[in-house]
Amino acid sequence: MDWETVIGLEVHAQLATKSKIFSGASTAYGAAPNSQACAVDLGLPGVLPVLNREAVRMAVKFGLAIDAEIAPRSVFARKNYFYPDLPKGYQISQYELPVVGLGRIEIELEDGETKTIGITRAHLEEDAGKSLHEDFHGMSGIDLNRAGTPLLEIVSEPDMRSAKEAVAYLKKLHALVRYLEICDGNMQEGSFRCDANVSVRRKGTEKFGTRAEIKNINSFRFVERAINFEVERQIDILEGGGAVVQETRLFDPDKGETRSMRSKEEANDYRYFPDPDLLPLEIDSGFIEAVRGTLPELPDEKKHRFMTHYGLSAYDAGVLTASREMGDYYEAVVKACGGHAKLAANWVMGELSAALNKDNREITESPVSAEALGRMLARIEDNTISGKIAKDVFEAMWNGEGSADEVIEKKGLKQITDTGAIETIIDKVIADNPSQLEQYRAGKDKLFGFFVGQVMKATGGKANPAQVNDLLKRKLQ
Amino acid sequence: MHDKTIAELSAALARGEFSSVELTEHFLGRIESLDGGLNSFVTITGEQALAAAREADARRARGEAGPLTGVPMAHKDIFCTDGVRTTCGSKMLDNFIAPYDAGVVERFRAAGCPMLGKTNMDEFAMGSSNETSFHGPVKNPWDTGRVPGGSSGGSAAAVAARLTPSATGTDTGGSIRQPASLCGVTGMKPTYGRVSRWGMIAFASSLDQGGPMAASAEDCALLANVMCGFDGRDSTSIECADEDFTARLDEPLKGLRIGLPREFFGDGMAPGVAAAVDEAIGEYRKLGAEVKDVTLPNSGLSVPAYYVVAPAECSSNLARFDGVRYGYRCENPKDLMDLYTRSRGEGFGAEVKRRIMVGTYALSAGYFDAYYLKAQKVRRLIAEDFRKAFEDVDVIMGPTSPTTAFRLGEKTDDPVSMYLSDIYTIAVNLAGLPGMSIPAGFSDGLPVGLQLIGNYFEEARLLGVAHQYQLVTDWHQRIPGGFA
Repeated sequence: MDWETVIGLEVHAQLATKSKIFSGASTAYGAAPNSQACAVDLGLPGVLPVLNREAVRMAVKFGLAIDAEIAPRSVFARKNYFYPDLPKGYQISQYELPVVGLGRIEIELEDGETKTIGITRAHLEEDAGKSLHEDFHGMSGIDLNRAGTPLLEIVSEPDMRSAKEAVAYLKKLHALVRYLEICDGNMQEGSFRCDANVSVRRKGTEKFGTRAEIKNINSFRFVERAINFEVERQIDILEGGGAVVQETRLFDPDKGETRSMRSKEEANDYRYFPDPDLLPLEIDSGFIEAVRGTLPELPDEKKHRFMTHYGLSAYDAGVLTASREMGDYYEAVVKACGGHAKLAANWVMGELSAALNKDNREITESPVSAEALGRMLARIEDNTISGKIAKDVFEAMWNGEGSADEVIEKKGLKQITDTGAIETIIDKVIADNPSQLEQYRAGKDKLFGFFVGQVMKATGGKANPAQVNDLLKRKLQ
Repeated sequence: MHDKTIAELSAALARGEFSSVELTEHFLGRIESLDGGLNSFVTITGEQALAAAREADARRARGEAGPLTGVPMAHKDIFCTDGVRTTCGSKMLDNFIAPYDAGVVERFRAAGCPMLGKTNMDEFAMGSSNETSFHGPVKNPWDTGRVPGGSSGGSAAAVAARLTPSATGTDTGGSIRQPASLCGVTGMKPTYGRVSRWGMIAFASSLDQGGPMAASAEDCALLANVMCGFDGRDSTSIECADEDFTARLDEPLKGLRIGLPREFFGDGMAPGVAAAVDEAIGEYRKLGAEVKDVTLPNSGLSVPAYYVVAPAECSSNLARFDGVRYGYRCENPKDLMDLYTRSRGEGFGAEVKRRIMVGTYALSAGYFDAYYLKAQKVRRLIAEDFRKAFEDVDVIMGPTSPTTAFRLGEKTDDPVSMYLSDIYTIAVNLAGLPGMSIPAGFSDGLPVGLQLIGNYFEEARLLGVAHQYQLVTDWHQRIPGGFA
């Protein structure tokens, strides 16, 4: 029987504000436990929240980027539940009236088609603290540094039909918040977290199946694995004649499986009500227009520009605009190499990306700057070095041995383009290999490669390969 | 010294008749000798008060004294005080010492008012008799077998017995006005948003408002000058220019339009209260005021609406008292749930638990619309009633509370009858309006309060209307026997 998967994602993006959403405490990651929790974050008696304007600005920026309506009036509500890392006994969130309304994002599918994923809403809320269960001899430690960090919860429509689509959406969203500079996107530190609502239904039916909410899937890889596991689990249940129960499930990355956390019956009644300590958030068009003026070029616009301006394929343009840093790096390379856009694309997506992957570095941490790479590519274009030698030059640059010109000079890698010099070497190679010459002239064409190889070997790879080909062809006849 | 008004004390300090240290010592001495039978103070801060008095005297010597510099006062134990415990009348916070001052406390500290101590109150400001306090009930100085009212009962009793020239209070449903009425003092609840709630422990955030309690309206005006003002740490604080609340004290009452809501003069009001209120209205007529009937048709809904909204907010506001970070924690919790249930079960008193449960129920899925949303709609109707009434009149008057002070223990087993003690005051909080209670006579030896309700931001007018009455009456100058 054919099943269709239905996925909606809830993403919590930590907003990159300097201070917390309702207090002046710092949001910096990694400080000593409880050193960045002020009276407001600790939920001491009598303290009150004051909304951080910067968090609102970032939420509006996001809303504009996904073409959503910005609510002129939104309301903060209290979500009430008891937990030791929730100091006030409630989380300040937005419930009925979120700041960002219906919007959309376009993702690219594997077959090159694009698909629009609806975004139901995005709302502002505060993060909770952390409970630490190890090293406390059977007790738990509470670190409230994270309590009150601003979050933008971005809720998608149930528009995704496979784990791959979910990953594509998540990556697109991840790129977007980083383009907008509203979230650092660090998934390991929990700055960008994802829960997935997953259900299956018979193909062709309208009605959604019963969904499970999967929590704790904090890498792109885990999202795919967790969803695929969950889809299999649900199909097995349904095909076995059972029924999926609505519940919250936790993904265990070590086992690669999801397991039940709590059922719908055990779910909290959060008793949402408008927070009487905060006035409704009113956003006027002046504020919205001011924020619109700060919007950077967005991924889709940039991709389109790369295709038309640099003549790149949709695929290449997509890869090179996957992050704002990647796009910036690429454009700097093009500029430094004198506008050889395709060559720059090949190198950024090829050698550079491979080297970054190997060393597990971000593009912003590349030891070879975009300008340095560009100047090296210019040396290929002006025939100072061949593409092959360039790989050695790049490796030396990567290892900190200097600029392209320094490496070429130091290692004597300058390409030999002097026809006379190449001819002398060719003559010597032909003289040293009389039997190969005889066979070649007898019709064994394949041996041409042998002679090219010998010449290149004799020049240490520095001879201009095109010239070698031309000269050899003439001399061997 | 203790029979003087704040204005008089201020003038005497300025003339050098006595120092702030002498004045502060005098009141500390009175607290020590007289509060044993009243229990109006929870914490007495003699040393800090004298240190602040010395600083006030030094400031005066430098020529930098303000109107209240050197005049001591007391704070309701709901206002956080840096380094001095703040219990909110609860076992839950019996050991709690805040590392910050409430906005109100900061302002009086900056004005140079030595703090004599913290006054007793109903637990978390929930009560109308001061009998829910963990520290035991406060006794009414007019009859120590009777309650002082609540929740600011300690402040009211301390001012009535002249143990302090003034005290701060808070008013969520009548908690300044009702005890002021029952103890024969003057108290004002300003417009919601006038007084910072920063550091004032929340009961029901959308209703809570701090205010002054003192012997006279003029004193309350001087206190309001310090107490009111914008505070950026409180998002509900109203951003308006500082105002001189004494500015309209001398304004004559000729032509003042007084509205009497017929709903406040029906059954349920004790005859002695009705007689005193009638006489006070008569006094206003003599002062040139016109009196007319007005109607507040939805005021009958105010008690039920209040007992949905206030418990709903309190059920959430009091969730932070969980035994995890500060405050009371039960002995040897065996797991997290045990820590929560026993810390809260043992730390809160019966009335607080009752309201937390009522509020939790009102906010629950399936009941929210029927209770909380409906109550919020009623609030708007009540505010609309007042808006219409203020089209025809300048001030609304009536009784503050239906009875005089009742006996200790008389209503503790009957919460609804206790709740009805605030039947005339609650609507004012629901609408966010300013209100006052001023002494207006006695019934069987017990004080009766007259309630004055003004339009939004009309505190200065309200204080003037009260002051003009106090110029021709001496009810506010009476001191209970044994405390003169």
